[in-house]
Amino acid sequence: MSTRRDFMGMALGGFTALGAVGGLYAAKRTWDPLPSVKAAGFTTLDLKDYKEGELVTEKWRGKPIFVLKQTKEMMAKATEKDKKRLIEVDGAHYMVCVGLCTHLGCIPGYRKDTQDFLCACHGGMYDATADVTKAPPPRGLDIPPFKLNGTKIALGVTGPEYEKMLADGTTLRV
Amino acid sequence: MNKELKILGIVAAFTLILYWGVEPFAHSQMHKHVESNELVYDGKADIEEAEAKKDEALVEKKKKFWADVKEIAQLKGDAVAGEATFGMCAGCHMDGAANMGGVTPPSLDHAGALYDKNFLIALIKDPAMATNVDHKYPNGTMSHPMGSISSMVSASQDIANVVAYLKEKKAGEVTPKEAFTEACSRCHANRYAKMTQLGDIPKTKSNIKTGQDIDRMKYDQKVATEQGALAEYLGKLPPDLSIIYRARSEHFLETFLENPQGQLAGTAMPRTGLNHEGMEKVMEFLAETGDPSAPARAIAGPWVIGFFILFTLLAYLWKNSLWRDLH
Amino acid sequence: MARIENAKSIGEWLDQRLAVQTLKRVLQTEYWIPKNINFLWAMGMVLAATFGILLVSGIFLLMYYNPSTDLAFDSVNYTIMTEVGYGWLWRHIHGVGASLVFLIIYIHMFTGIYYGSYKKGRELIWLSGMLLYVLFSAEAFSGYMLPWGQMSYWAGMVITNLFSGGSLHADGLVEWIRGDYVPAQAFLSRFFMLHVLLLPLVIIGAIVFHFGTLRIPHVNNQDGEDFDFNEAAELYKNGQKKESKVIPFSPVFLSKDVFVMGIYFVLFFYLVFYHFEFAMDPVNFDPADGLKTPTHIYPEWYFLWSYEVLRPFSTNVGLIAFAIAQVIFFTIPFLDRSPNVAPANRRGLFHLWFWAMLVDMLVLTFMGKLPPQGIWSTIGLVAALVFFALWIALPIITKSEKKL
Repeated sequence: MSTRRDFMGMALGGFTALGAVGGLYAAKRTWDPLPSVKAAGFTTLDLKDYKEGELVTEKWRGKPIFVLKQTKEMMAKATEKDKKRLIEVDGAHYMVCVGLCTHLGCIPGYRKDTQDFLCACHGGMYDATADVTKAPPPRGLDIPPFKLNGTKIALGVTGPEYEKMLADGTTLRV
Repeated sequence: MNKELKILGIVAAFTLILYWGVEPFAHSQMHKHVESNELVYDGKADIEEAEAKKDEALVEKKKKFWADVKEIAQLKGDAVAGEATFGMCAGCHMDGAANMGGVTPPSLDHAGALYDKNFLIALIKDPAMATNVDHKYPNGTMSHPMGSISSMVSASQDIANVVAYLKEKKAGEVTPKEAFTEACSRCHANRYAKMTQLGDIPKTKSNIKTGQDIDRMKYDQKVATEQGALAEYLGKLPPDLSIIYRARSEHFLETFLENPQGQLAGTAMPRTGLNHEGMEKVMEFLAETGDPSAPARAIAGPWVIGFFILFTLLAYLWKNSLWRDLH
Repeated sequence: MARIENAKSIGEWLDQRLAVQTLKRVLQTEYWIPKNINFLWAMGMVLAATFGILLVSGIFLLMYYNPSTDLAFDSVNYTIMTEVGYGWLWRHIHGVGASLVFLIIYIHMFTGIYYGSYKKGRELIWLSGMLLYVLFSAEAFSGYMLPWGQMSYWAGMVITNLFSGGSLHADGLVEWIRGDYVPAQAFLSRFFMLHVLLLPLVIIGAIVFHFGTLRIPHVNNQDGEDFDFNEAAELYKNGQKKESKVIPFSPVFLSKDVFVMGIYFVLFFYLVFYHFEFAMDPVNFDPADGLKTPTHIYPEWYFLWSYEVLRPFSTNVGLIAFAIAQVIFFTIPFLDRSPNVAPANRRGLFHLWFWAMLVDMLVLTFMGKLPPQGIWSTIGLVAALVFFALWIALPIITKSEKKL
């Protein structure tokens, strides 16, 4: 075995490995979510469409989004910590949350008469601002990234109000 | 070595003969060859078709019609006077136009840029004859959806004026998508470009109360109504053009658009009357939706092939280093 | 248990448990290949590489392909071609590869015929190779169904109808194959299963078997020379490489294979990027329509010769002719009655037979694609008759062949 022979074999092997890396890059791109999926990652809602005390379930990235415009009664019950969870637009307060229990991901049901949420799976409960009131859920419902523009709210984009919620620990990043 | 090259030569020769036989040769024998008239709209093909039918009266009618067109083309059109006359056209060819007699009148915003002058003259003079679908209207051109134009704009000078107006004021830059929208999309959808016969599919979202996308349902219903009207008028729903660019050769598409009867006798498809610019833009759009990977291929191609050329060179050196002491 | 000691390296650790050194010796460094060969001997590895490429590109296509009659067409032509990152690349590679694999198979086959590599002792090499040819044909046909275009649909219709057996009217069998009266959802689903699972598994098994059949009779050489491989191997191992008539599979034989593969890949990717249309028929870019047959239907080029054998005859005769054409190549080791293992150019009339067969199949291929009209029909009929005449002549001319 001459060194030159070894060298040529190694050179060819190395060069082939280079090509394989290129192939892996193409494979990685194939595995990426499709552009249409990415584009569908943004949902815009108009908050002025919602009525006080009526829960509406929207859809964002395949997940349910609870929107609940707070009534006076609800606001009276809410603590200062709860109020931080709400989004204020034109003097009205809105609860906008991912409608999946922070325990194990079931969808909590809204009870209109008691104005709270009960998760049927393991009995977790949330108040009207979707803050947790009864274990096992470790925290209130998560708030999706949002950005306000007038009465419109875009889900999937991070705006200053959402940054603030992240900074003071009101929600975890979804 | 010489022997190997000789063998390679034989293998390559057989492969190339094989390729020639099943591709270029077979296709040349399978498809009727239609000569392009270079997008000159002078009725040559129309008259020849009438002659082939041995219908003397029809031959005379076509000859006279296209001779008249030629005469009008020589008149000097007055674009200012044409603008007033164009009001007659704009009554139907407007934004939000409704389906009339089976088809929705297309926008004329870039008509001057997209269509040939002779064709426009012929179209105003007699839409059925100009588009070479007069066989569909045995009761005369008045039964054509655009037939009434011949009673509104009939004087040769008026026609020349309108066409001068279109050529001057309704021209300008036109994008491939606009070209497709104005020239094709009133009859043909393009689902890969998210277009129906009514244009771009609007973005809708589900309704708060019902949780259903009611706007989309209403839109789909409108599209179905439009497609139903088209199918009734044309005998069948014109095909979606998303990847027609791959399904037919470019030569076929161009000669077909120039004179559909030449490629498909008896078709309900009207002649489009596109000029060179219009044809180029429409083709560009069809290529975008039908062959979207062309730009990516152009980027990756040289790299991949370059890689394998180098690979072959290295492999050759490796092989030589191993085979040197064998002989 | 075998003796396991503390290993000093990963290689040694593996060797104690897997005998990798022995495997390497048996399969690579002491698997002996004749030295007297040309580049045609690389076609086997070129085929293996092409199969690998088809497998990999197929796996990525599988990620977004949707085997439903409503969605298949757009999942291929829109999702894969427009949306999936490099989806177009996998599809073009898969399409071009499917065509080229047959070109190489035919070169490989005719190399075997020319050099008499199917003769006594090597019959199983030939038979397993022909089995692979049939399996690849089934794989190609089932794959052709998947885009669910007009050619997919009508090829599915016509080919499954072959199983009606002409006057036998075995319509029940045809419906059984399709799972429906016409090619529809059940048909697409089961051919999808065949294409992505059952046939590839069988092909992989058959490839291993094909490799296995080479081991005992050894690879043939350019002169059909019969020599003692053990003696030649000893010479090589003693360093008398010039005198030895053999080389080890790895790295020596492989290095030439890789070089030939390199040239092949340049051609392959030239076709993938700049000339893929030949492998993707325009007619298949019209969605399947069960109420409209395209003006021209024809199989892919590699099936044309056997299709043309079927076409010029009446239904029953045509079907019999077609059935014979499908299997006739299996019989060559038994129809060739000459004991000579030698290149065709030293075998007198057989030399003529070889080129006549090649040219006749080329003519059949050409005629198979042309519309069956006028002079083309006549030429097709003559070529089909010549095809059968050649097979009848084979035992006769080889029987009278002089012993070399």
